[in-house]
Amino acid sequence: MSSYLGPPTTIRSWLFSTDHKRIGVMFLVATTVMLALGGVLALLLRIEHLTPGPTIMQAATYNRVFTLHGVIMVWLFMIPSIPAAFGNFVLPIMLGARDVAFPRLNLASFWIYVAGSLVTLAGVVASGADTGWTFYVPYAAETFTEVMPILVGVFILGWSTILTGINFIVTTHTLRAEGMRWREVPLFVWALYGTSVIQVLATPVLAMVLLLVAFDHGLGWGFFDPARGGDVVLFQHLFWFYSHPAVYIMILPAMGVVSEVVCTFARKVPLSYVAIAASTFGIAFVGFLTWGHHMFVAGMSIVDAGIFGALSMFVAIFSAIKVFTWVGTLYRGSISFRTPLAYVFVFLFLFVFGGMTGVAVASTSLDVHWHDTYFVVAHFHFIMVGGTLTAWLAALHYWWPKITGRRYAEKWGLVTCTLTFLGFFTTFFPQFLLGNGGMPRRYYLYDETYQALHVLSTAGSWALGSAFAITLVYLAWSLVYGERAEGNPWGSRSYEWLTSSPPPPHNFDGTPVFRHSPYDYHLPPGS
Amino acid sequence: MYAPRLEEHFDELPKQRHAARLGVWIFLASELLLFAGLFALYFGYRLHYPEVFIEGVVHNGRGLGTLNTCLLLLGSVAAAAGVGELRRDRDGRARILFALGTLLALAFLGVKGTEYARHFHEGIAPGGSGAFFAAHREPGWPVFFTLYFAMTGLHAIHVVIGMLLLGAVAVWIGRRRPGRAGAHRAELAALYWHFVDAVWVFLWPMFYLLGGGR
Amino acid sequence: MNELFRRILWLPVQGSTVAGEVDALHYAVITITMIGATGVFAAALYFTWRYRRTDEAALTPPIRAPLLLELAVVGGLLCLFLLFWRVGFQQYLRLQSPPADAIEIYVTGKQWMWKFAYPGGQRTNARLVVPAGRPVKLIMTSRDVIHSFYVPAFRIKQDVLPGRYTTAWFEVVRPGVYPLFCAEYCGTGHSEMEAEVVALSGADWEAWIAGAEEESMAAQGLEVAARRGCLSCHTLDGQRHVGPSFRGLYGGVRQLIDGEAIADEAYLTRSMMEPAAQVVAGYAPVMPTYLGQLDAGEVAALVELIKSLRHPNPPPPGVDYPPIAPAAPTEAAP
Repeated sequence: MSSYLGPPTTIRSWLFSTDHKRIGVMFLVATTVMLALGGVLALLLRIEHLTPGPTIMQAATYNRVFTLHGVIMVWLFMIPSIPAAFGNFVLPIMLGARDVAFPRLNLASFWIYVAGSLVTLAGVVASGADTGWTFYVPYAAETFTEVMPILVGVFILGWSTILTGINFIVTTHTLRAEGMRWREVPLFVWALYGTSVIQVLATPVLAMVLLLVAFDHGLGWGFFDPARGGDVVLFQHLFWFYSHPAVYIMILPAMGVVSEVVCTFARKVPLSYVAIAASTFGIAFVGFLTWGHHMFVAGMSIVDAGIFGALSMFVAIFSAIKVFTWVGTLYRGSISFRTPLAYVFVFLFLFVFGGMTGVAVASTSLDVHWHDTYFVVAHFHFIMVGGTLTAWLAALHYWWPKITGRRYAEKWGLVTCTLTFLGFFTTFFPQFLLGNGGMPRRYYLYDETYQALHVLSTAGSWALGSAFAITLVYLAWSLVYGERAEGNPWGSRSYEWLTSSPPPPHNFDGTPVFRHSPYDYHLPPGS
Repeated sequence: MYAPRLEEHFDELPKQRHAARLGVWIFLASELLLFAGLFALYFGYRLHYPEVFIEGVVHNGRGLGTLNTCLLLLGSVAAAAGVGELRRDRDGRARILFALGTLLALAFLGVKGTEYARHFHEGIAPGGSGAFFAAHREPGWPVFFTLYFAMTGLHAIHVVIGMLLLGAVAVWIGRRRPGRAGAHRAELAALYWHFVDAVWVFLWPMFYLLGGGR
Repeated sequence: MNELFRRILWLPVQGSTVAGEVDALHYAVITITMIGATGVFAAALYFTWRYRRTDEAALTPPIRAPLLLELAVVGGLLCLFLLFWRVGFQQYLRLQSPPADAIEIYVTGKQWMWKFAYPGGQRTNARLVVPAGRPVKLIMTSRDVIHSFYVPAFRIKQDVLPGRYTTAWFEVVRPGVYPLFCAEYCGTGHSEMEAEVVALSGADWEAWIAGAEEESMAAQGLEVAARRGCLSCHTLDGQRHVGPSFRGLYGGVRQLIDGEAIADEAYLTRSMMEPAAQVVAGYAPVMPTYLGQLDAGEVAALVELIKSLRHPNPPPPGVDYPPIAPAAPTEAAP
């Protein structure tokens, strides 16, 4: 039986392939490289913080390193990580399609990603920007560092995201297998749909904002120059109008992965399919209305602050609905605790913990103390790393047999999952306390009273980094020596498991007609 | 004889065409959001500096802006009519209409260029540089004109893209003589052009008409 | 109890009058949400153990959540979160509302230091000296990029912007020294804008204030007004001239040609930078802009001059400038 992995196996056949599976794998490799790069930068930052004074780098370098860490992690890893890699691979198969709606556009999306990444990283070689990933004006307009390559690179990357979003939405509408009703569309597809809506609508606003900073910095146009009548707070409104929905681009696909893994490993129908699907769109919609909670102390009006705070509480409710549904799905399930589910447990703990601190920062008076301190840094790392990255690891271990046709050593999976959790918690929990204690973020030097917590956090980062490295090693090992996977090693009812692992080039032999819902574990198989 | 190709991942041509149309509409939504940031900036600054913005609009005058609006709207009519003619298998007329649309787009760009030249001559340049701003010192003047250049400039880039699309369709009709089978592709190009038109219909009052009754 | 929570959570001392109530909300929110999060996770763990797979072929029951239960959970959580928001917002309103009798101090943030100017004329760098037990209001602006004025012990923070004034206020509970940080990234020296708030007891504060021999800001403002030509069009004694008199100007409601405005510090500053935006009714729009010609210190000094003249006196007899009709602007004296 032929597989999408080849023949043909030439490099050319991969780099110019319009097969969504190959494109997904290429995205997976590229984004993993970016994750490693961003991770190394993080380790460097944490080493610098071992001592209150200078440790391994100057202030100017430190500022560039944290800027690049943020840019790489947000745009070169987090945003494409699950959709462009796993979404590309799995979404068409889940819908019973042979490919996405626009395969050539899909390939273009990959090469645009590569181009944007190279331009961004070229800026590092030049001299690197030191503005932070948020590019606040007037500093971003006035800094002498090379901001332009990063602005242009991320601008280019934005188009990759938009094209992926268009592709997923159109595929979901037009390439569903015959007879698949909307109620039978797998939850991961709904998550990607919601993500794609945000990608299509929010990313262009980012593109515009980056252009405006480029005009101010590169051409001196002074859109935000107070001496020429510009308003620096207007920039923040425009920037966060994109960047807040962006965090939902990062978390919704992760939530989709959690839904799939919970149902598969608990062998149970979701407690409420509608709740999960509808809350996805609730998050996507309300998420566009909450950006001002990044600006409570920025000089915004009091009325605005009140409205944004209240709306932020609403968005938390939709996430709470999902958590409630996932936990309730475990009730009276038939649960097998394998590595993907172990990662989902880590997700549940860290995401809920982090989400609760999100509710806390939405209480406006508390945010006055926490804003721009390590508390916020801890909050978003709990959600981004503890949430999205953990779900990415779950997806990696869940779909590894499907993508590669191999099994990894389960024991290693559980061990590194534990090490990942312990490393993560040791790294980021102390940062909540640092923030409570008043340590601002983006600080090169700090007062020595904060040192103990910093040392603890750095130790945690080494554990977290090691866990990631070990994961890559045993997964790579499995590619050569791992036992070959059967088509459906987890006994899942979801549609992607109905084809072989790895799938044939056109996903299914023949045109599939699915006669069951993807979660009907209450019925005997094959009914 | 032109026959559209069915891609191997689609089962039937109508589905494939529906997908293409849906894709273009979603793309236009994202293009709209691209301009939305600038619109928001305009309205934010107009609230800050209402008198300066009104004076700036009056300074631009109504003539050239209205001429440009007519050129674009005529272009849209031509493109829409071109699609209609193609549906009736009248390739010759369709090609002329799309070529006409291309020329109208070019004329728009010519008028725009003339306007910019006039502004530069008066000492108005983006970023508040230029002799004009030495005489008009209130904050708000640089912002008004920089926004003017940025928004009409971004729009002009889209006019160029639309013009190239319309031109390519005209050439393609001339070469392949597709008849009604080609109406789908022509319609998508026309759709993009209508969008470019629609954006201008908002820029026109913002920079040429909303002069406070003066 | 308060002290226990404060230490566990690594919070600084409660140096201001609002810190206590902010911390109380903090404890409540964190405790309740952490209990909730623990409960959720404990349930997940329990279910995983209790319903672990024993039979590969087992089917599971198709349980759907009853709508009522879902609505109850969602409704309950929403009420709880909105309660958090409500309390937090009310506290935020208090944080944004300086008392009317607050002492005012001008703050300038610049790369990479803090400068403070007192109405009595004192100027300090990096040390904000304030009285304990009295409210202090800060009027802040930046010379270059965005900074942020943050005193963790007071639980207050406010961004400091170029081209605008922002305000913050606090009342220190007891004398002491409290660290002050810049909390908005501003370049290479962001972490080195070291400063401190020094709160003095009543007697020490009186001594410090009296000890300064610098010229008051209002007196400096008079020099600026003469040097920059303001006095060519504005009088100090209540007579109207080309422009309104500075006497009696501050604090009232101004009738503009197109509306009303309250003559506060922001109004006064805007009048210098954008005079055409707020023309007072009965006057011609002839004032030139001073944007780029006055530095922040001079602007603040002029504002203090105008504030020092806030009580209107009747104009002296024998001097009478006729009002100028708005339709015929006269040449402003250079």
